[in-house]
Amino acid sequence: MDILLAIAIMALGAVVLGAALGYASIKFKVEGDPLVEKIEAILPQTQCGQCGYPGCKPYAEAIAKGECDINLCPPGGMEGVQRLADLLGREVKPLEAEEKPKQVAIIDENTCIGCTLCIQACPVDAIVGAAKQMHTIIAQQCTGCELCLPPCPVECIRMDTLTENIDNWKWKFPVIKIKPEARQAAPLEDAA
Amino acid sequence: MLKQLFKFKGGVKPPTNKTQSTTLPIAGAPIPSRLVVPLHQSIGGTPRPVVQAGDTVLKGQLIGEADGWISAAVHAPTSGTVVDVGMYVQPHPSGLDAQCVVIEPDGRDQWIAHAPFDYAHATPDAVRHYLQQSGVVGLGGAVFPTHGKLTASKTVPMDELIINGAECEPFITCDDLLMRERAEDVVRGIGVFRDLLKPKKVLIGIEDNKPEAAAAMRAAVNALGEQFLVVQVPTLYPAGGAKQLIRVLTGKEVPASKRSTDLGVQCFNVATAYTAWCAIATGQPVISRLVTVSGNVQAPRNYEVLIGTPMGELLQLGQPHPDTDGIVMGGPMMGFLVPNDTVPVVKATNCLIAHSERLFPPKAPEMPCIRCGACGEACPHELQPFELYWNARARNFGKTQEFHIFDCIECGCCSFVCPSRIPLVQYFRFAKSEIWAREREKNAADEAKVRFEFKQYREEREKAEKAEKLAKAAAAQAAKKAAEAAAIAAVESPSETPAPAPTEATGNTPLPAVDPAQDAKKAAIAAAMARAKAQREAAQPKNTETLNADQARELADIEARRQQAGIVEARTAVPPPSDAATQKAE
Repeated sequence: MDILLAIAIMALGAVVLGAALGYASIKFKVEGDPLVEKIEAILPQTQCGQCGYPGCKPYAEAIAKGECDINLCPPGGMEGVQRLADLLGREVKPLEAEEKPKQVAIIDENTCIGCTLCIQACPVDAIVGAAKQMHTIIAQQCTGCELCLPPCPVECIRMDTLTENIDNWKWKFPVIKIKPEARQAAPLEDAA
Repeated sequence: MLKQLFKFKGGVKPPTNKTQSTTLPIAGAPIPSRLVVPLHQSIGGTPRPVVQAGDTVLKGQLIGEADGWISAAVHAPTSGTVVDVGMYVQPHPSGLDAQCVVIEPDGRDQWIAHAPFDYAHATPDAVRHYLQQSGVVGLGGAVFPTHGKLTASKTVPMDELIINGAECEPFITCDDLLMRERAEDVVRGIGVFRDLLKPKKVLIGIEDNKPEAAAAMRAAVNALGEQFLVVQVPTLYPAGGAKQLIRVLTGKEVPASKRSTDLGVQCFNVATAYTAWCAIATGQPVISRLVTVSGNVQAPRNYEVLIGTPMGELLQLGQPHPDTDGIVMGGPMMGFLVPNDTVPVVKATNCLIAHSERLFPPKAPEMPCIRCGACGEACPHELQPFELYWNARARNFGKTQEFHIFDCIECGCCSFVCPSRIPLVQYFRFAKSEIWAREREKNAADEAKVRFEFKQYREEREKAEKAEKLAKAAAAQAAKKAAEAAAIAAVESPSETPAPAPTEATGNTPLPAVDPAQDAKKAAIAAAMARAKAQREAAQPKNTETLNADQARELADIEARRQQAGIVEARTAVPPPSDAATQKAE
């Protein structure tokens, strides 16, 4: 008798908990994949397609599905790879392509013929202009993706590396020289 | 007059080194050989230059226009010629350059027409605007535009106005001398701030190592019949920090991420009050300031210096010793070595210290942190510098923010007491600027993402709109076709309905139905082409009136070549297509 009661209680418990879990899975259903969003937050959003995917989100989705490596994003740099590795628990790999400093596109406005091809290519609408009118780049919004370079028929777009200025200058990591005298003395000895 | 004073935690007592430069009164520095006036001298927007190379300017003439509300105007410090508006090295630890106006003085030092500001009849907004136009900024070191701090909070009543005359950094005595010699103007300036903010009390805090300044200020307050309270606060670095002085004088602790105005307190430097009053009483904008020249020099003294004076020329007045190997701007605790001696004196320059290894022996190498906790005891902001240090060193920036790195005022107390000689403040500055850079990158990435998504959405929408338009046009076309077919059928049915069918269509039935529609389309195209052609012909070249004979001939040649090449249609070459089309349509 006791055993039947125990079974009944366990069965009742299973039904109640199962109902609660079923309810929760409907009520608190997560739309989309939260992992994709986390990965996307790490990506630099240049939308350059250098990873082989048409934008940062498709790349994030591919990473989340485990379809591709985490070292395909050159604008994100090694730091991006490191952060992705930390997030996903994967191994850090060296970047596939060379890491480049941040750049900005500049249109040589004298050469521009106003063909609008670069405007269509720009993934972030950072180029202003109209047909047969001069085009120009909104430098603050340019992600430096280089997607405007190939379509230009007159090659009037160049990439400039962003230089440090007084507003974006960063304090450097303190480096303390060990025995600075020794280093200075060395060339003198060579000369002698 | 007894007033209860409070204490802030921590603080250090470095040797003050102030007496050297207080023996002599303030002297005027001569006009230098040339002036390099940076446009961006205050926090906020960079003023736009309103002069060009070659312009002649008068003393006090506007050369940089304030850009936005948090920005202050910049003026020519003397009369002369603008030789360049360009990039010059700044008195900034980075050694990078920024936009400056370079003026070659003509030696006449001729003022532009100026008149005192009608303060008695001005509205508070007019006063604030006037101070912005006069380039009045906080001269305590932060150079925040003063007018931006002169609006009382709407929700919190203004309890105390604090005037900061503490001047806690070693070597610096410019505020001390200012209060000794020009106390009356300082007090009048405080009166202006009082009128704008309407606080319940005005407290003037002066460290107790400046009894002469405190006495002069008390005398001036009494002479002018004001109710300001001059309070001598204990000498303890950094008592001159705004939050520390507020704590000492009012007992109020400004919480992290809040401003003192949220607690009903506002704080100004004495020199700011002085320049504000000078601007109002004389109409002269801020073109000079007091600078202490001290350190490794024979004749330390305070000078009234034109903004833009090269630091090297100013230091020569103090006769630096031959072993001087650099110039420190600011005090020894928070100052920095300037990149070279051509950098100009700016509104934030309160002191120049001639640097030498005798005066500031090079620091022995950094040793490992021994976790003694001395930095935590010295920190006036009750932070834990050792935690900040470990995390900054490990580039664990999220953690540094958890330990409130942005509350650090970089006063240098922790580095001063560290027995391992760790340059703690440098680590904190490094962490702060990395965090700021990341923030900027994050914001840029977020914006790029939004713009990318919008572009995709827009392309989708355009595609959909186009498809819809095409569908509509096709439907209209079909309706028209049906109507035309019906009309043709109606016209032709009585006489010869079956006639075209047997003659034309040899098993090709849809042809007669398509033809009229295609013809209509062709007609429309032809009409459009004709219209375009007419427009082309109607449009005459606009710039042909003033041609000389050569140019006219050249044009004629080109025109002939173009016709030969067939670029321009000869009028008779193509038969007017409209006629043919209309005939076909009929």
